[in-house]
Amino acid sequence: MTTVTNKNETGGDVRLSGISKTYDNGFTAVQPLDLTVPQGSFFALLGASGCGKTTTLRMIAGLEEPTTGTVFLGDQEVTNLPPYKRPVNTVFQSYALFPHLDIFENVAFGLRRRGIKSVKKQVEDMLELVQLGEQARKKPHQLSGGQQQRVAVARALINHPKVLLLDEPLGALDLKLRRQMQLELKRIQTEVGITFVHVTHDQEEAMTMADTVAVMNAGRVEQLGSPTDLYENPHTTFVANFLGTSNLIEAEVDTKNGDDIVLKAGGGKLVLPESRCSAPTTTGGKVLVGVRPEKISLTHADDAGEIPEGRNRITGKIANSSFIGVSTQYVIDSAVCPEFEVYVQNIERDSRLVPGADVVLHWSPAHTFGLDAAQDIDAGVEEGAAA
Amino acid sequence: MPFVNWLKRNLVVIAGLLTLGYLLLPNVVVTVFSFNKPKGRFNYEWQQFSTDAWKDPCGVADMCGSLSISLQIAAFATIGATILGTMIAFALVRYRFRARGAVNSLIFLPMAMPEVVMAASLLTLFLNMGAQLGFWTILIAHIMFCLSFVVTAVKARVMSMDPRLEQAAQDLYAGPFQTFVRVTLPIAAPGIAAGALLAFALSFDDFIITNFNAGSTVTFPMFVWGSAQRGTPVQINVIGTAMFLVAVLLVLTSMVITNRRNKQKA
Amino acid sequence: MATLTEAPPPLAPTAPEKKPPRKRGRLVPYWLLLPGMLWLVVFFALPMVYQASTSVQTGSLEEGYKVTWHFATYWDALSEYWPQYLRSILYAGSATILCLVLGYPLAYLIAFRAGRWRNLIMILVIAPFFTSFLIRTLAWKTILADGGPVVGALNSLHVLDVTSWLGWTTGDRVLATPLAVVCGLTYNFLPFMILPLYTSLERIDTRLHEAAGDLYAKPITTFRKVTFPLSMPGVVSGTLLTFIPAAGDYVNADLLGSTDTRMVGNVIQSQFLRILDYPTAAALSFILMAAILVMVTVYIRKSGTEDLV
Repeated sequence: MTTVTNKNETGGDVRLSGISKTYDNGFTAVQPLDLTVPQGSFFALLGASGCGKTTTLRMIAGLEEPTTGTVFLGDQEVTNLPPYKRPVNTVFQSYALFPHLDIFENVAFGLRRRGIKSVKKQVEDMLELVQLGEQARKKPHQLSGGQQQRVAVARALINHPKVLLLDEPLGALDLKLRRQMQLELKRIQTEVGITFVHVTHDQEEAMTMADTVAVMNAGRVEQLGSPTDLYENPHTTFVANFLGTSNLIEAEVDTKNGDDIVLKAGGGKLVLPESRCSAPTTTGGKVLVGVRPEKISLTHADDAGEIPEGRNRITGKIANSSFIGVSTQYVIDSAVCPEFEVYVQNIERDSRLVPGADVVLHWSPAHTFGLDAAQDIDAGVEEGAAA
Repeated sequence: MPFVNWLKRNLVVIAGLLTLGYLLLPNVVVTVFSFNKPKGRFNYEWQQFSTDAWKDPCGVADMCGSLSISLQIAAFATIGATILGTMIAFALVRYRFRARGAVNSLIFLPMAMPEVVMAASLLTLFLNMGAQLGFWTILIAHIMFCLSFVVTAVKARVMSMDPRLEQAAQDLYAGPFQTFVRVTLPIAAPGIAAGALLAFALSFDDFIITNFNAGSTVTFPMFVWGSAQRGTPVQINVIGTAMFLVAVLLVLTSMVITNRRNKQKA
Repeated sequence: MATLTEAPPPLAPTAPEKKPPRKRGRLVPYWLLLPGMLWLVVFFALPMVYQASTSVQTGSLEEGYKVTWHFATYWDALSEYWPQYLRSILYAGSATILCLVLGYPLAYLIAFRAGRWRNLIMILVIAPFFTSFLIRTLAWKTILADGGPVVGALNSLHVLDVTSWLGWTTGDRVLATPLAVVCGLTYNFLPFMILPLYTSLERIDTRLHEAAGDLYAKPITTFRKVTFPLSMPGVVSGTLLTFIPAAGDYVNADLLGSTDTRMVGNVIQSQFLRILDYPTAAALSFILMAAILVMVTVYIRKSGTEDLV
């Protein structure tokens, strides 16, 4: 019996193997790529514009023909199937609702094309699911952005596709509505259990909604994993900078101490668990040491003695501070890194921590990660800021 | 100086309305003179009020026959030019092909050519081929010069169409034919309708090209031309006025209907 | 059951293999283009070739024509009919300028100042089209009639004295003078100026006017520096759509003019349809076409708007 369940479980897997796309003008949007999206998961392709994420999605939908490689949906190879023969549906960027049809007919479109005669009940149920029962006879342009978005989802989902593809589905909505729709989409996905592949440039959106995120850059997948995994333990400078903010310090491998690596940076020593380092660690080799701004504690230089043993520490001077409500963000000038960012929660504010004050930054070695120093230290900074 | 200021602010409006008056003045004259009872053969001077012509619009020999020929030619020319022009417009917007530049010039040139040149050269062709001038040569000529205008109108509409709509249709199990019938055509319809309307108007009112290639067939504009030499019956003005009024009424009703429909939905 | 365990199909070898691109649909554009293009080639381009060939033929209607490369026809046509060519360009040019001057305020009015009247005015601009242009042109005979109110008013304002002195009118007549022909041409092609002007004016964001005003531009400066330059595409296509048909027109010169106002269109028409001298007619028509193509090309290059189609 297990084998049968096993087969069913792969029924909605999306498997891309060696897939790539080079356009006629010679631009390679996607480098040869292997990717498996398991059945029933919420998968996000995250990256800045032009990174190849939408092209990848369109190759799954059949709207773009791969230059090389194959696309599998479960056991079926669909590489050469036109879009209208694939059991896959798409929620398009800016929705692409048919302007000449009303909401009911938009949602019924796929059913009717497959020759299903009695669509009324199904369409009404689907419109109920997305809370648009009242609007069935309106034209798309008479609905608000959020309502249009739900129609687009309903129009795709009613066909019970093996995979639902979402191309920047929330890009046109304002911030508040976007938050609301993120939760809504997550709820629908849990309810229907269909595999969702979601393309977005918004890291927060990807992390909130997806079980697995693939970060793409320049046509390649930089790193694939759960949102926590990607955030806590990035493997490339691009991921470290694109997802949130990272402080990166150039350091040199000094010695190994059990499971930890001891590194020299500036005058001091830093400790990094070997398991959290994605770079080769030969003694004397260079490594980029990273730490997220909110993992760092800030102590005034006068109280340096109170800092517990075994924490990584760096000294510096506060260059700038800005109060943003839940936290205060400091920029610290230090010998090892010119603009060290530190976010401190506003629980007990130390009134001595003002620009010009000498401070000690310290954090747990367990929050440290190590990256290959051969990469561009600023990769993904601008893309992350733009997103 | 409030008046001078008012004048300054509304100078454009006044000038615009004067131009509008210039545009409409002949129509006013045509309408007024449709109620005239001229003394001689020509209807250029006001004599006295009469509704004779309105009571008997077809009372002039051959006029309504020529009107009917013009309407037939315009209808066929519209159908022909709209089908051919729409096909070209889709090819231009939606596909990549060789010799695009040549195709574009061949579409642009008929619009940049004085009618008399096209008329004369087409006549040379027909004479060389020994073709019988008449209904069919007129129709051929009309489809030829309407084609470019249809292409331009349809192209504008298809270009502004979101290609994702067709992709969405394909994504929702519509094959190429279904996609075209269910999505592309309905959305392109306003552009096609505009092109068809333009073709109809151009064909119906064409004189120069028709005059060269008509042989002994007489269209309505040719009838009017002939009557300018022989004597202008009042019925010409009746037809002119009636067509003006029908056009304005049709447009106004369609506007009122769309307005009401929009209001109901909102 | 055992077979099911092995169910996952073999993955394609990871080595990227090149697949032939989808062939279907390659020929679609050519099939779409074929009928229409064929129509234009046979009934537009081919006639031009026939006309070119006719223009260098000699012979007579009775004995038939032969191609003898008789280019003298061109020379004879030009030397005999240059006044008509000159007149065509002069009348069409004046009408075009008048159309621009008269049409711009109306297009501006519809685009920016009409408010709820916009659609109505649009209809009124287009609706006259539905009355045959010949009927409307004949109406000008009434409007400009000798001793009529328009001529009377112009006379009492001494306008006709000035225009007579300039050679635009003769005595106290307007009908059968150049002024009447230009007036008719202007009237007939005015909508072809207004519509493209309106289209390009309507696209202008009205906030640009406010921005210009905010940046210390007086209304007239705003117009000169912002509105007018942005409406250039409309000005260019409007002037072309007016000038080209006006230069080839013979209806206005015939109905509203006299033998002294004959334009080249009148000559071509009578050579073709009355005198039946086909070589001369073809040469005249060819010269007109060449002249207009040259002028249009230069004009489009100068105005920098090449994308008109």
